Amino acid sequence: MNPVSLLTREYRTVSYVSGPLIFVKNVKGASFGEIAQIILPNGEERRGQVLDISRELAVVQVFEGTSGIDNLNTKVRFTGEPPLIDVSFDMLGRIFNGVGKPRDSGPDIIEEDSLDINGMPINPYARDKPSDFIQTGISAIDGLNTLVRGQKLPIFSGAGLPANKLAAQIARQAKVLGEGEKFAVVFVAMGITFKEASFFMRDFEKTGALERVVFFMNLADDPTIERIATPRCALTAAEYLAFTHHLHVLVILTDMTNYCEALREVSTAREEVPGRRGYPGYMYTDLASIYERAGRIKGKKGSITQIPILTMPDDDITHPVPDLTGYITEGQIVLSRDLFRRGADPPIDVLPCLSRLMNLGIGPGKTREDHRNVADQLYASYAYGRDLRRLVAIVGEEALTDVDRIYLKFADEFEKKFITQQDENRSIEKTFEIGWKLFSMLPETELKRIKREYIQKYHPTTKGGETSGAS
Amino acid sequence: MIEGSVSRISGPVVLSDGLRGSRMYDVVKVGKQELNGEVIRLDGDRAVIQVYEDTSGLKIGEKVTNTETPLSVELGPGLLSSIYDGIQRPLPTLVEMSGSYISRGISLPGLDRKRKWTFEPAVKKGDKLKGGDIVGRVKEFHINHKILVPPLVSGTVTNVWTGDFHVDETVVTLDTGATISLMQKWPVRKGRPYQKKMDPDTLLVTGQRVFDTLFPVTKGGTAMIPGGFGTGKTVAEQTLAKWSDTQIVVYIGCGERGNEMTDVLSEFPELLDPRTKLPLIQRTILIANTSNMPVAAREASIYTGITMAEYYRDMGYDVALMADSTSRWGEALREVSGRLEEMPGEEGYPAYLATRLAAFYERAGRVVCLGADNRVGSITVIGAVSPPGGDFSEPITQNTLRIAGTFWALDTSLAYRRHFPSVNWIRSYSLYLEQVREWFTKTGFGEWKELRDRTMYLLQKEVELQEIVQLVGPDALPESEKAILEVTRMVREDFLQQSAYHDIDSYCSLDKQYWMLKVILAFYDRMNASMSRGTPLARILKLPIKSEIGRMKELTDLERIKALIAEIDKSITTLEEER
Repeated sequence: MNPVSLLTREYRTVSYVSGPLIFVKNVKGASFGEIAQIILPNGEERRGQVLDISRELAVVQVFEGTSGIDNLNTKVRFTGEPPLIDVSFDMLGRIFNGVGKPRDSGPDIIEEDSLDINGMPINPYARDKPSDFIQTGISAIDGLNTLVRGQKLPIFSGAGLPANKLAAQIARQAKVLGEGEKFAVVFVAMGITFKEASFFMRDFEKTGALERVVFFMNLADDPTIERIATPRCALTAAEYLAFTHHLHVLVILTDMTNYCEALREVSTAREEVPGRRGYPGYMYTDLASIYERAGRIKGKKGSITQIPILTMPDDDITHPVPDLTGYITEGQIVLSRDLFRRGADPPIDVLPCLSRLMNLGIGPGKTREDHRNVADQLYASYAYGRDLRRLVAIVGEEALTDVDRIYLKFADEFEKKFITQQDENRSIEKTFEIGWKLFSMLPETELKRIKREYIQKYHPTTKGGETSGAS
Repeated sequence: MIEGSVSRISGPVVLSDGLRGSRMYDVVKVGKQELNGEVIRLDGDRAVIQVYEDTSGLKIGEKVTNTETPLSVELGPGLLSSIYDGIQRPLPTLVEMSGSYISRGISLPGLDRKRKWTFEPAVKKGDKLKGGDIVGRVKEFHINHKILVPPLVSGTVTNVWTGDFHVDETVVTLDTGATISLMQKWPVRKGRPYQKKMDPDTLLVTGQRVFDTLFPVTKGGTAMIPGGFGTGKTVAEQTLAKWSDTQIVVYIGCGERGNEMTDVLSEFPELLDPRTKLPLIQRTILIANTSNMPVAAREASIYTGITMAEYYRDMGYDVALMADSTSRWGEALREVSGRLEEMPGEEGYPAYLATRLAAFYERAGRVVCLGADNRVGSITVIGAVSPPGGDFSEPITQNTLRIAGTFWALDTSLAYRRHFPSVNWIRSYSLYLEQVREWFTKTGFGEWKELRDRTMYLLQKEVELQEIVQLVGPDALPESEKAILEVTRMVREDFLQQSAYHDIDSYCSLDKQYWMLKVILAFYDRMNASMSRGTPLARILKLPIKSEIGRMKELTDLERIKALIAEIDKSITTLEEER
């Protein structure tokens, strides 16, 4: 897009090519992190970024891969610019490739601004506290792991589990109560198949949201290293829409595991000391530079909420990708193969789930006064019921006390009534109603996590003065 | 002035030629943008520099200037209620200068140069002063901020001024030519000197039952909180920062989430210290170097924090320092070490990891400060550790275990069932039990040791019994052992669990803790006594008094809790009589 300036320097000194990297000798005046254009002997043009530079050598990572690059005729041109992306309000409804160039049949974007894709860290003091409850219409999230605006809440999935369906449902249903304002979705595909991408596209089309969505597509057969730039391009566009055009942007990133693999590929090619499972030691910092771009900023109307999706290899939550993600994001939604087999839809295993910002978005004036208590009690009772399941497998149901048998039933009902909802879009009131109905299975003395006044007010059997509440 | 030029750039690590004569850990300005950096290796003419800011756009051949001073912080009035990045740049001022995002190459003084403070001198002309002596004071909120003679300075007072001063104005001059202002500078990597270290013997009251009663830490002690993600490390650190009974709190957000710091920033001005009834922010210094801020500054942030803590300790205050998380600091070390192509130790961490960790934790302690009045101050260090995959065998957890006095092991399975704080009572330990025993007795909690020992015994017994239950079912246990399972469930649910968000229960006074445990154990004793007389366990468990005990947390009236002991006796006696 930018005219090649006369000052641009061109080199034919590629000396070494390894994996996605090329090493260029005797480069003068190039800067760290700048973009290089690589012109192949056949005239093809590729883009790369400077990863390491010394007086003798510049290491360039080539986004589109190094096949066809030779160390005789390939020309490398240093642009002197950081990686930029052209952004505009008109990006809405368009499809871009992994480095922000249109890949639909539409015209080029007329840029309103050209921004560095790496962004800059938000000053913690300039951050605004996330506090708006987002109703996703999914009980397991709204009731137990509430999403708030400006949060980053990933979905931990396993191969074959319906994470995409859940993400699409959230994108479709998510709304802030009492407000009908401007929103946008930025959808970022990294190494997913065409089938998965078209599922999302169809879903957005069906709900008529397509013109509110910006797609960044790096599909499974697109260059791997491009994936490193894809989330950054997308988040730069998201920041522009959120903080310049005041939109509430929901960013869906899928699949972060593919992103991390690209990162590992580059790291290995650079012969760096590997951390766990061959992933680079700086992966935490690198992932943080993506996830931390969610949030709200004081004095700005827009916001960025992130829902990254990642696949846990072999369903292992301690694998570096989910592990480091969990350390950065504000909670996680975990899908379980077990529940999936039992027919729960969505198969959210609430026990390892968490929303760290939940308390900021719930309570009187936002959801309801008993929200915290209800969530705690559901958790405690369900966890106990799950423990008993294990016990029953060994000693049989007869060995249990009466109360324990109720708990066992409670856990089953919880999965059937509360978790399972398929395509239903539940209001938060409906979610509470189901929760309280479940509580009515248990003796009232077992509801230790709930304040007495709430029991009197909301318990289906005490509500309306059918029995006088003991106090 | 030593000047060189950039010869290699690799992420946060920059090599520079022509820096012969530089000292290790000198601060340098790199490139046209004057990025802040620090010399971390010398090799002939060349120096390796870790840069505290993003190096994108930096070119080979750009100028490097050595400032010839080590990385230092400014110490003086105005630290409290401030929020800094890892190298003491005030974040609010950065917002004013560069907007919502942190831009590069900005140097800022740590202390506000425009603000004036009223100085009340405590010395007069002719007084002989040594390092650490008090020359006067200013009022910093409610804190009596003592102005000290810097450690290496001494002499006879030649002049003293009173009135309103900026932090950098001279208030006292000495015959040795030294001048003393309200502010002093100190290099962060060097501990501030003191007269001698003392054994810690006072409990750090945190208002958290599992910490204070079961695994106490002393003022001047060290504690570590390791746990996988979602186990509540940050909530625990923040809770401790809120309720610990120290005069000063330094909270370091080291490589953690931006929104969490926002949370602290918005919450602390509103919350009141339960003892002084003043906003918590007025005793707190915040250091925020979030995970997306430059890695090298993250490495520096814990030193910046502990130097500020030492400064207030030197005034004779008790300081609590929370570092969340030391793992991120270790990772910063690892990243820089990797770029230096050093031979890696375990899991890619540098071989000097253990030494650095130990050196940091050893800056904690209870000391007799410098100065004629032999005042005593302390620093308690509480470090969160984030082991990958929740696996405690990793290097940072293991190396910290060798140093820390109290080990609060957070447990993922407890967190999953929302048992918070998710401190595993079997794995955790405290090495300060003997030291605080005397303190508890002196403070009027004579039975503390006994109560704690009995509780720990029961909890240990529960683990054994659970194993049997898993094999043969609960019916196989005799009544007396079923009673143990019942009482440990009460201990877990009604005592150990404590919500950080509950309006009453988030802080539990020592009195209340002591009596709550007493009530639960009294119930157990009375239950046992009654069972030996033939009362069936199931009948006792159905008594309404049991759920009364479960609601103790919500009570504010201590007498109400004490009265429960008599009520337990009464209701079980009634039950016995009915039979």
